[in-house]
Amino acid sequence: MATQVVISLCLPMFTPRQEVPRKDFCPPLRKTQTPGRLTWQGEVLGVQTPGFTAAVRLGAELLRNWYDHCAAWCGPVYLSSPCDDSLAGIFQAAGIQDIREYYYWDDQQRGVCLDKLLEDLEKAPERSVVVLSASAHYPTGADLSHNQWAVITELIMRRRLFPFLLLPPQALCYGNVERAAWPVHYCASQGMELLCAQSFSHCFGLYGEAVGHLLCVLKQNSLLLSVQSQAATIVKSLWAQPSAGGANIVATVLSNPAHVVEWKEEVKHIVERCMLIRELLRERLRLLGAPGCWDRLTQQSGLYCNTGLNEDQVEFLSQRRHVYLLPSGCLNVSAINGRNLDYIAESIHRALTTSL
Amino acid sequence: MSVFSEVALAAPVAVFKLSQDFNNDQFPNKVNLGVGAYRTDEGKPWVLPVVKKVEKVIVHDDSLNHEYLPILGLPEFRSSASKIALGEDSPAIQEKRVGAVQCLGGTGALKMGAEFLRRFYNGNNNTKTPVYVSSPTWENHNAVFANAGFDDVRPYKYWDAANRGLDLAGFLGDLESCPAHSIFVLHACAHNPTGTDPTQEQWQLIAEVMMRRQLFVFFDSAYQGFASGNLDKDAWAVRYFVSMGFEMFCAQSFSKNFGLYNERVGNLTIVARDADNLKRVLSQMEKIVRTTWSNPPSQGARIVAVTLTSPELFSEWKDNVKTMADRVLLMRAQLKAKLQALGTAGTWDHITEQIGMFSFTGLNPKQVEYMVKERHIYLMASGRINMCGLTSKNIDYVAESIHETVTNVQ
Repeated sequence: MATQVVISLCLPMFTPRQEVPRKDFCPPLRKTQTPGRLTWQGEVLGVQTPGFTAAVRLGAELLRNWYDHCAAWCGPVYLSSPCDDSLAGIFQAAGIQDIREYYYWDDQQRGVCLDKLLEDLEKAPERSVVVLSASAHYPTGADLSHNQWAVITELIMRRRLFPFLLLPPQALCYGNVERAAWPVHYCASQGMELLCAQSFSHCFGLYGEAVGHLLCVLKQNSLLLSVQSQAATIVKSLWAQPSAGGANIVATVLSNPAHVVEWKEEVKHIVERCMLIRELLRERLRLLGAPGCWDRLTQQSGLYCNTGLNEDQVEFLSQRRHVYLLPSGCLNVSAINGRNLDYIAESIHRALTTSL
Repeated sequence: MSVFSEVALAAPVAVFKLSQDFNNDQFPNKVNLGVGAYRTDEGKPWVLPVVKKVEKVIVHDDSLNHEYLPILGLPEFRSSASKIALGEDSPAIQEKRVGAVQCLGGTGALKMGAEFLRRFYNGNNNTKTPVYVSSPTWENHNAVFANAGFDDVRPYKYWDAANRGLDLAGFLGDLESCPAHSIFVLHACAHNPTGTDPTQEQWQLIAEVMMRRQLFVFFDSAYQGFASGNLDKDAWAVRYFVSMGFEMFCAQSFSKNFGLYNERVGNLTIVARDADNLKRVLSQMEKIVRTTWSNPPSQGARIVAVTLTSPELFSEWKDNVKTMADRVLLMRAQLKAKLQALGTAGTWDHITEQIGMFSFTGLNPKQVEYMVKERHIYLMASGRINMCGLTSKNIDYVAESIHETVTNVQ
């Protein structure tokens, strides 16, 4: 049940086809025609996992064992530059050693450089797996626009690459669950096969309960049971079954309309607080006369933000001001509050204006 | 054309397929003796009263939140779980050379131990190091070690089918003749699926060979407390090996003895030579955990930790465990008595001599098929039954069915 309601979060036009005895596997879903909505031909499989990392790991194991089986595929897997630094290790632990990068964040532009991204993916060998963040890119907070998605997916299809989408903090960007899942929806509507790793840590605050989900969109109905059975075999040798506690909470909320309303309000509350902090920080920095343009603070959204500070400046902040950022200059916006906003703004200002 | 078009349909997991067939069966007196979970005399799952109590305490504790646990897990869970296995006053614990990793169930603990050994045990590439699992064993042992990268997973002699007991000579023979540095997966108690454990004297012989030949000890402890009803008694083998000075792993599961099957509560206890070794081992474990599930789920671990660290709750838990173990012992005694009363051919002493949830009945595949198809009693093809599936209401029917099967089918 948990995985059934979760799939509807990503691909809302699906309706469940039948019940299956095992709770942690989703029943095969059927598409329904909704006028004006994106429609497509595929079938969907969902697997509950103990957290986001586990979902990525399961996806990686599935690919390593079964993607392009006859050709004994073994990579490469392309990760965005920068990305969550644990990702490479997960694919490697699954036995895929060939991990490469594609250009994503451009320091100069303070955003995604589509041209260089396309250039890198154009050169990727056929059958490469491309890991893309569906929303709230970590650690930059910079997401792809709908147009950019259209261009990238066209390339992916033309070059016969395989998309592995990441959706860790769904809804925390815009406070809108469906909007965050749009890229998944879109790829599926283009007839693509894909994997998508989801997490309910952030949007449910259930970090410690390890609630994750791996979505698999397939072209052929006939493959659903095979892929599901192979996923089950892999899961059996990793953790046997996922943990129930957190998933029960998520499923209970998502399958009750009143709870869903309440949940969306609470998510909106998180999102609005983050947006407010971004606004306030930008304003403080402007008032202090901090060099540079801080519009990106409010152009990006979600929990994380790339300040653009370099390594020396980040070190200055931690050593001299006791303000700790990630080495990349990224910070978690929700760690800023009424009591420390002034101190942080002042610190950033000093980091930028002190000669180091 | 799908990129997954070559994906073969995997064989279903036997025990789950059995449950599915049972569920689909319309026969009113059907009995499920396949699944590996405790059932009450009403044939229902049992949430331990102490667990229910602790869950409520946790839910109402506003000081708790859902923040990520450390990678290695909830500290109070890890230490209290290890103490349960090794004993409160274990010298190894006092010498600070015992550590643990909270894992996703017993399977997760085996997985983490296996991944570590493959990378670090004897040199840094153990893909060729033999891993020995008992013959027979829990069917997932093979897959866990194979998937962790061990190419050579082999059986060691264990079950003597002719005599329905432990093949000690065969076991010791395999220990003597195996390649150096082989890894052995030992069942701490209540061997799955045979229910047959070595005696204390036999464990001593096994330990002596393993120490002399420097083989690696990897205990799988899924039934502590459940086997005899006594935690210390069920941990005897593990503690003996520790006292002999072995460095070893013990994969613990709290699925059965806490009834927390779906919360995935496991612990990999690590006994190292000294604190420095332990520290380095744990640091590498962190890296392995990080690429598998990153942080473990907290709910089940917290229930166990709260229970084990409170004297009253701990005492209540031990009672709950004894309740389960006692019911199993009662069913064993009654089944044997009924078979003897019916005059069923063969000896049935093994039903009460075997220990834990499972019993290897000795029924052959044809007899098993008869039981399933004609009598609607579901058990594993190996003849393994789950004693918990027996209740006061179905035990007569099961005894009669076994009698009829043994009489009519050879």
